[in-house]
Amino acid sequence: MKQLDVSAIKDGSVIDHIDSKRTLKVAEILNIQNEEQVVLVGMNLASKFLGKKGIIKIGGKIIDQKEVNKIALIAPDATVNIIKDYEVVKKFRVVVPEVIENIVKCFNPNCVSNYHNIEPKLHVVNKNPIKLRCHYCERVMNSKDIVLI
Amino acid sequence: MVNFKQRDIISIRHFNKEDVLYILALAKRMEQADHTNILKGKVLASLFFEPSTRTRLSFESAMKRLGGMVIGFAESGVTSVAKGESLSDSVKIIEGYCDIIVLRHYLEGSAQLAADVVDLPVINAGDGANQHPTQTFLDLYTIQQTKGTLEGLTIGFLGDLKYGRTVHSLAYALSYFGAEMFFISPPSLRMPRDCMDELKDRKVRCHENESLSGISKKLDVIYCTRIQKERFADPVEFEKVRGVYRLSKAMLEEIGTKDDLKILHPLPRVDEMDGSLDRTDFAVYFHQARNGIPVRKALLAAVLGAVE
Repeated sequence: MKQLDVSAIKDGSVIDHIDSKRTLKVAEILNIQNEEQVVLVGMNLASKFLGKKGIIKIGGKIIDQKEVNKIALIAPDATVNIIKDYEVVKKFRVVVPEVIENIVKCFNPNCVSNYHNIEPKLHVVNKNPIKLRCHYCERVMNSKDIVLI
Repeated sequence: MVNFKQRDIISIRHFNKEDVLYILALAKRMEQADHTNILKGKVLASLFFEPSTRTRLSFESAMKRLGGMVIGFAESGVTSVAKGESLSDSVKIIEGYCDIIVLRHYLEGSAQLAADVVDLPVINAGDGANQHPTQTFLDLYTIQQTKGTLEGLTIGFLGDLKYGRTVHSLAYALSYFGAEMFFISPPSLRMPRDCMDELKDRKVRCHENESLSGISKKLDVIYCTRIQKERFADPVEFEKVRGVYRLSKAMLEEIGTKDDLKILHPLPRVDEMDGSLDRTDFAVYFHQARNGIPVRKALLAAVLGAVE
């Protein structure tokens, strides 16, 4: 029997194939410190595709689309498994949407979206590596410029 | 099929080559024939939250010459914005008083925001350091008029290329016409990386240089912009570069140019172009400023559906 590096969970979500260095950033997006059930975080695990990968298992939580979209910006190779009674009932890869709304703040301090409570909106110019263009001021942001809301 | 009716004019990025050529052809028609009453009964709201001379007056003049009327303000201090009203609320209210909005605002993206919240067409007359699309149309019109074509030209952009919004938009638009571009600036005022990456993605032959020496004889057009002293942390650095980027008749004679070189400038100029250039055949910048009228007439007529 295969030995798991990170224990299985009975019900919940598993985010796998995270670029290892970004694991804690994904954990931050998922706000894991407020979870009440089991949360397991693994880093530097062996991966055929990534060399080293990260994994996060959250008991009792089904992650929502907004969280998936946020993860896609930070870890575009990640996969999500939904677990029920120790079985994978749904598995999918995160997909960077064409338009990112109210998730990422425009990094340009002179952009109108940083004033008057306007919801930021960015168009995805390139998915991997991520490149976003602000709908309003047209500035292009790379992954290092991304500030999540 | 090109259709400008009720279309917003926000960014040059929203227009393809066919759109650009349509507006330039229409601008020519505006110069050739009388269109005195085609916008009779239409009202333009001219909302300038930031100072402007050429853009505001040429829009207002263009609208009136086509028979339309103008309402608006030239500074935000006299509006409800001074009482804390948001831009979205202001334009939604003004929408009820007019047929088209021309907006200049210091925040980047403000024209797009206005276009998103109102049903009327919005024309961006400059949003911070971002876009000034009507200036780009008139720059292209001037180049087409004075060079006889837009295709395959070699263009030198000179001066402050980092903050000059007219440079970014014009370079993007010229990429439709197979231009080769030289970007000549001090290292601290180079074209932004994302603009250069975008031009390279569009297969533009572009080069970066620190002076005109060695390349001046290749150029069909020099697009000159002002270098502002406040962009330099150290005034000594400013003094070092200002002479290198100051065009004069003697300087151009010394380094050599094509006989039919044309020099454009979005104006206002300070001291980056010597008065000795004004009477040469190179200088087309005053003509360029006058082209604000036919180009803005064309845009207003097209957006308001007054022409075929």
